[in-house]
Amino acid sequence: MKARIFNPRGGVKPDSHKKESSESPIRHVPLPPRLAVLLIQGSQGSARTIVTVGDRVLKGQCIGEAEGADGTAIHAPTSGTVTEIGYYPMAHPSGLSSQAIVIEPDGEERWITYEPLDPATADRDELILRIQASGIVGMGGAVFPSHLKARSNIKTMIINGAECEPWITCDDRLMRERAANVVTGSAILALLTGARQTLIGIEDNKPEAIAAMRAAVRNMEPVTRKCPGAGKMNVVAVPTRYPTGERKQLIQVLTGVKIPPNERVTKYGTQCFNVATAHAVCRALLHGEPMVSRIVTVTGNVERPGNYEVLFGMSIADLLAFCGVKPDTTRVLMGGPMMGFALPSLDAPVIKGCNCLIAASNELFPPSAPEQPCIRCGDCVDVCPTGLQPFEMYWASRTKNLDSARRHHIFGCMECGCCAYVCPAHIPLVDYFRFARSEIRARDEEQKAADQARTRFEFRSLRLEREKSEKAARLAAKAAETRAKAAAGGNAALIADAVERARTQPPAQDNAEQDHQK
Amino acid sequence: MSSPHIRRPASVQRVMMTVLVALLPGIVVYVWQAGAGILVNLAIATATALASEALMLRLRKRPLWIALSDGSAIVTAWLIALILPSIVPWWLTMTGVLVAIVGAKHLYGGIGQNPFNPAMAAYCAVIVAYPALMSQWPSIDGVDFATQLHLILGGSREIDGITGATALDAMRTGLRNQNDVRSILGSGTGTFGFAGGRGWEWIAAGYLAGGLFLLVRRVITWHLPFGFIAGMGLMAGVFWLAAPNNFPSPLFHFASGGTMLAAFFIVTDPVTGTSSPLGKFIFAAGAGIIAWVIRTFGIYPDGIAFAVLLMNICVPLINHATQPVPVGQRKDSRP
Ligand code: SF4
Ligand code: SF4
Repeated sequence: MKARIFNPRGGVKPDSHKKESSESPIRHVPLPPRLAVLLIQGSQGSARTIVTVGDRVLKGQCIGEAEGADGTAIHAPTSGTVTEIGYYPMAHPSGLSSQAIVIEPDGEERWITYEPLDPATADRDELILRIQASGIVGMGGAVFPSHLKARSNIKTMIINGAECEPWITCDDRLMRERAANVVTGSAILALLTGARQTLIGIEDNKPEAIAAMRAAVRNMEPVTRKCPGAGKMNVVAVPTRYPTGERKQLIQVLTGVKIPPNERVTKYGTQCFNVATAHAVCRALLHGEPMVSRIVTVTGNVERPGNYEVLFGMSIADLLAFCGVKPDTTRVLMGGPMMGFALPSLDAPVIKGCNCLIAASNELFPPSAPEQPCIRCGDCVDVCPTGLQPFEMYWASRTKNLDSARRHHIFGCMECGCCAYVCPAHIPLVDYFRFARSEIRARDEEQKAADQARTRFEFRSLRLEREKSEKAARLAAKAAETRAKAAAGGNAALIADAVERARTQPPAQDNAEQDHQK
Repeated sequence: MSSPHIRRPASVQRVMMTVLVALLPGIVVYVWQAGAGILVNLAIATATALASEALMLRLRKRPLWIALSDGSAIVTAWLIALILPSIVPWWLTMTGVLVAIVGAKHLYGGIGQNPFNPAMAAYCAVIVAYPALMSQWPSIDGVDFATQLHLILGGSREIDGITGATALDAMRTGLRNQNDVRSILGSGTGTFGFAGGRGWEWIAAGYLAGGLFLLVRRVITWHLPFGFIAGMGLMAGVFWLAAPNNFPSPLFHFASGGTMLAAFFIVTDPVTGTSSPLGKFIFAAGAGIIAWVIRTFGIYPDGIAFAVLLMNICVPLINHATQPVPVGQRKDSRP
């Protein structure tokens, strides 16, 4: 069946550089001397330690349980001993550290056994809990907890195998080598979300992956066939274009639905999962294997570029050394060259969102030419997939005209980098946008603080006002009472009242004396 | 350093170089049809542009090399040389370039900030200041290089017999004298060719060829040249159909004066134009319409420069009215 493709606006076609790493099978990496599994794997979902130093753990054993409803569990990537719970740098542009559980492998790789779950018979909640307990998060780099997404109710499910960023090939290899698991996982996700059709989008520069996935859909395992929604599963070759792999972009390409930046995809009856996430779901439910490793593309300035099955917690420096990183490497990018970032520290352990490591040299990634003034050529407008006007946002950011920046939808920008990629004036547009956004946020915070202060102040005046009027009311009431008494009992009552008051109140000079003695 | 970590091999310099290359066919035909004097003017304009650009950058304390090498000053210089009569004295060319670079460009803050098209501002300034010199166009094949050089270098201007009316001028004068279009075109003065001014129509064809090259190389989009030609063609066409004796055809307008140069090289200046595709079309069509009106009812040899400057003024308005709507958003989310 020929699926319809909806061409979105904008986008760019950078050199793909896929062949460097896509042509050899996924390789294993020898066990490192220690593994440091971070408790925080992404901006959402953290875990709480449930082991202590000295504990012996089995491969796949839960060592950090999901914290709260949004949390995701972490597991021992191999069997061994917990030797330390300490702080390790996170693979994050901020360079911040997070707590990690360090395991010294015993070299035996002994698995813990979990009962597989049969998706056809198991309860939906049970399946979703298992996804959470298996520590499954979005593997495309977003690291969003998958159990939260699996809970949505949708019509069309999108499985993202586009892999549009240059250099990255981990999903390509995964689909070529483990297509059956990806398809099964997709069917399970379709079951959970109630999707009536599943569209698997793969860029047409990966013909082998497309063929493997189509074959896998044709030969779907019986267990999968039982899942409703699996019946309408379609592998669609989408045109190669960056950023088609961005989830709303892919949804648009496959369904024609245009989802504004500030709205949720579920509102439009869709949800998008990465192929590696679907694969992990299959392993977790049908094989009882929680997430302990992932496929990482290591490429660029290395002797042995390729895709590696890497245990979480392995130090990135060790992994690069294993792949033969060359000495003239200037920095290492995590993620693709369009949206990835340069790692502040190579001591950071591999995390679930680490899809690609690119060793960059000045030859492969020449430093950008100096920034020139914007000539308003409009190239940035032509390529912006969101239909924004990057140069307007740039002028607004430059002149700190934050209102104008906001009016030009600076918060709709997904930082895909297409505009900066084409700009002939070499303006780091995305940097300007990040700057302006943080300025706007800071200003909003200030505004909020000021508003709160004002509210507090207004409240205080209000309270004083109220107290004053209450006091006035009390005095008035009392006066009225006194008048009423006077009217009722004549002067005698008044005098008795005064005598009574004088008796209960100590004489004034006594007070003064006491003060004096002190 | 942050994302994106790769850049398309594009630069302002490359854009400007492509524009210069695209001007070459027109220049070659110009030399062939009207003599090599234009090359002297191009050289004078280029030298003046680079020198004044360097001076202004120094005065404004900007790094010299990046801005000087971006090629934008040379593009401005070439356009000015090509729109002035090819026998104007050297100082007039220099004045024009100085007005463009110093006045229209740097006093507004340099490339990217200037609201007015520098070449057009220069043209308007010199035509207001030196209307006589600006109306002395050499007749197409009547002037040899030595004479051209003599005139350019400021020699005595004995120009009788070597200048001739341009096609636009001849047409306007003829119509004012109550002649009809056909008799003007057939008057046998050697002014007119098969479509516009004799000889000049080939130069226009050269610009057209260069313009198509820019379209193919995606340096410009079709909205601007098409808008300009459509705007002018619409006005010319309507009036021509209504009164073919009193108004020359659209083809005459296309092939005469600076229409082709303007359509592909002048209204396409990104800095002083509008941004959205619709805005571009409106901007260019407006310039085409106004240019036709000035040509037809005005007193100046060609109306394009004034038309472009008028539309430059309207740019903020057009930009405001044609802001594109982000993908998937409602109309009222327009900035
Ligand atoms: S691509 Fe660069 S130079 Fe062109 S309009 Fe955009 S920001 Fe300005
Ligand atoms: S980074 Fe933002 S503004 Fe630039 S192309 Fe992408 S979405 Fe558009």
